[in-house]
This record gives sequence, C-alpha cells and structure tokens, in this order.
Amino acid sequence: MPQEIERQYKEILRQYVMRQTEQNLYTGQNFSRQLIQKNIAPEEVISIHKASLEEMFPELPMNVWHSFDLLIEMMIRYGLALKEHESLLQKQEEMKVEMDLAANVQKTLLKTTVPSVSGLEIGLVSVPARQMNGDYVYFLSDSKDYAGVAVADVIGKGIPAALCMSMVKYGMDSLEDSHTNPAIVLDVINRIVEKSVDDDMFISMFYGRYNVENSIFTYASAGHEPALFFDSEKDDFSELHAKGLLLGVVPNVIYNQHDVKLKTGDFVVMMTDGVTECRTDEGFIEQEIIASLIRSVKHESAQTMVEMVYKELEKMQNFELRDDFTLVIYKKTS
Amino acid sequence: MGYQSSVEILTEWDIVAARQLGRNEAKEVGFGTVDQARITTAISELARNIYLYAGKGKIEIQRITEGGRFGIIIIASDEGPGIPDVRKVMEDGFSTSGGLGAGMPGVKRLMDDFKIETTLGEGTVIKATKWIR
Repeated sequence: MPQEIERQYKEILRQYVMRQTEQNLYTGQNFSRQLIQKNIAPEEVISIHKASLEEMFPELPMNVWHSFDLLIEMMIRYGLALKEHESLLQKQEEMKVEMDLAANVQKTLLKTTVPSVSGLEIGLVSVPARQMNGDYVYFLSDSKDYAGVAVADVIGKGIPAALCMSMVKYGMDSLEDSHTNPAIVLDVINRIVEKSVDDDMFISMFYGRYNVENSIFTYASAGHEPALFFDSEKDDFSELHAKGLLLGVVPNVIYNQHDVKLKTGDFVVMMTDGVTECRTDEGFIEQEIIASLIRSVKHESAQTMVEMVYKELEKMQNFELRDDFTLVIYKKTS
Repeated sequence: MGYQSSVEILTEWDIVAARQLGRNEAKEVGFGTVDQARITTAISELARNIYLYAGKGKIEIQRITEGGRFGIIIIASDEGPGIPDVRKVMEDGFSTSGGLGAGMPGVKRLMDDFKIETTLGEGTVIKATKWIR
C-alpha cells in the first residue's frame, strides 16, 4: 500500500482529532474520493486507520486494537462487493457499445427507400422504444406504376424482434415485382416466417399497394392494426379492415385483399400498435384523439403530417415510448 | 514447496477449523492483518462450497517460496459432482450469493492466482495462491 496515502490519511486524522470542524471532515471526504479512484479497498482504509492510531495513541488498550481486526474482517466482503460492482459496470458499458453497433447494423441492413411515384406523397416515421426496432417498413416499388409498402410488427420488442425482421426483409427482397398482389405478398412472407422462426414468435403485417394508373389502393393484412382511410369529401375516417392470421402460425393461410379508390386529398394511414396503444399514466390515448390529431394536420405534406403526429403523441406520453412506433401515410395529391 | 497441513470438510464447523488453520499459517508466513482476513475469507468461500455442493472434501494449506517471495496456496478438493459450466460460475453475479461479491469470482479477486480443475462425476480441485507483497 502506498506510504504516501498512509501519511496523508494520518495527517487528516490528526487534524480532525485535534479539531472536530466541518472543514476537516470535508477534507476527509474528499480524500476518500481519491482512495476510491486509486482502488483502495475499504478493509485497507481501516487498516490504515488502525496503523495511524497506533502511532498517535500507542497507549490505547488492547481491546481497541482487537476490535479493528473484527472490523477489517467485516469489510472484506464490502470490498468484494465494490469490485464486483465495478466489473459489472464495465461489462454493462461493453454491452452498450455492442448494442450500438448492432443497432447500426440493423439500420443498414433494413434500410428501405421511400419511393416516389406521380400523384402520391409518402410520409414515414419509425422510432424504436429501445435501441433496436421491432417494427419494420419496406417499400416495394418500380418508381412508376406501383408503390407498395409493408408495415410489420414483431410481437415483442428489442433484440429478438429486431433479428426477426431481417427475415421479413429477405422475404420481401425475393418478391422484386412491385405489382404483386398484397394477398400473395402476405402468403409468401407467411411461408418464410413459418418455416424459419420460433413457434412463440409472431409477426403482424399490413401490405398496401398503390396503383398510379387508376389510383386504387389495394391492401391485405396478417393480423395487423387496421389502416385508416381518410375521405376528404366526407371529411371522415373509416377503418380498412382485412381478415388474415398473423404471420408464422401455420403455413397455409388464405389472405383476402380489398380495394379503395383514392381521390385527391384522400389519404391512408398505416401504423403499428405503438401508435394505437399510445398511453399516458391515465390510460390509452383514445382512438378519436389520434384521428382528430391526424385530421388537424391534413393539409400538410405527408411527411410533415407523420412527423407532427409523432411529436404530439410523444409529448402526450411524456416522451416515454412504451412500444416501437411506426406511422406511414399515403396521400393522393393529384 | 514446504510445510503442509489440511482440514477435512464434513460439517459447517469444519469451515471454522479451516479458517483457523489458514489464518495461523498466513500469520506465520508473515501476511498482514488485511491479507490474513482475505485469505480466510477465500478459505471460507471454498470450504462452504465443498460443504454445500460436494458434501465432503478437504482444504489444504501449503506454504510456498519462490525467488525470495513467500506465500500460501489453498487447495480445495472434493469428490463431488463437478462443475458443469466453469465459465458460468466464474461470472460475476452468478453465484448463489446473489451478487454479494463472493463465490468463485470473489475468491479469485482475494487471491493472486486461481486455478480450477473439474471433472463431471469425479470432483473439483481449486488452487488459489497469494504472495506477500
């Protein structure tokens, strides 16, 4: 043990024994910070204390010296607990770095490009609750006639959910053809997911395809949140329901697809349950509130709309996301 | 290698006997009070593991010298079930102590050198060394 530390401690002790001032105590406490930085274990501190005392008051009775030995014995485990704590902190730091890397890999891996087709605006936000996103958005488009979008959500969040999503991505990549019918898309992805994912892992997915030529939005759903359709003439929302089992449950599922024709000013809102299950401490945020929130920004561009809705809901939830949050808007502009 | 002595671990009381032996040896070899306490804590942990998981075994204390240095080796041996996953028991926070800074990682921290040999169904030998600084 460095003698310099012993010397300094003895001096601080001597001062305090002479004059019990707050200043002297403060000096002692500052010194303890140094001791911790230098990795001096608590049992060593007591040993230093005992040694200093022996020099200053050698005449103290034996009982007192013995009592220090018990105190040293008592402190060994505190010292160990401290070391363990330090090493766990370091491990946590390492894991955090690894998580950051993984999140970046995920971002690169699952990257999708928002397509641009004539007469349609597309807005997208997707924000993970934790570091890695269990929601997934994939665009399938030829940049001319069709703009397809898959909005998927793994039941669960965090790393397992994120890993699961790469499967959906590769399934979608294999489709290539953007005019593929939504019901077929879900059928293909379902087979892939069913084959390769754990039995307790389920994915819900909504697939929508906008046809530029006739402005028809065709959609199908695998147990996903219904999309909202805003009819600008009626100034009202309706839900786009489609029956279909979650992905990954059984291999052969028939998915039904439906059409809705968009007029200028109409839009479709697709989302995950991170949006519909937004909640404050008082409970879920009412569906109507979310709908009126969207309506209040209907004149903005699709991207501004999703961003404004996200910001508002984030604020209502006190900036604590409980689930991954994804919102996609398809808005017909001409 | 030099002087050697040992204690059989059969009951919880033997843990105390092993500690006593370790402390006496440590004192005679010339360890200070703090290191004596560390060595006995390590012995406690090892003896307790034998008592809890192997049922019976032995703690040996050897005095050692090397290049003018003096030290002690604790050898904990048992013929218990062995440890299936050594990496796991060496992990912080794994031991049944529930993260109270003990268990095998604790012993490793208290001593300078730590070696473990274990065979499933045959038993475990742990050697922990500490030198006088």
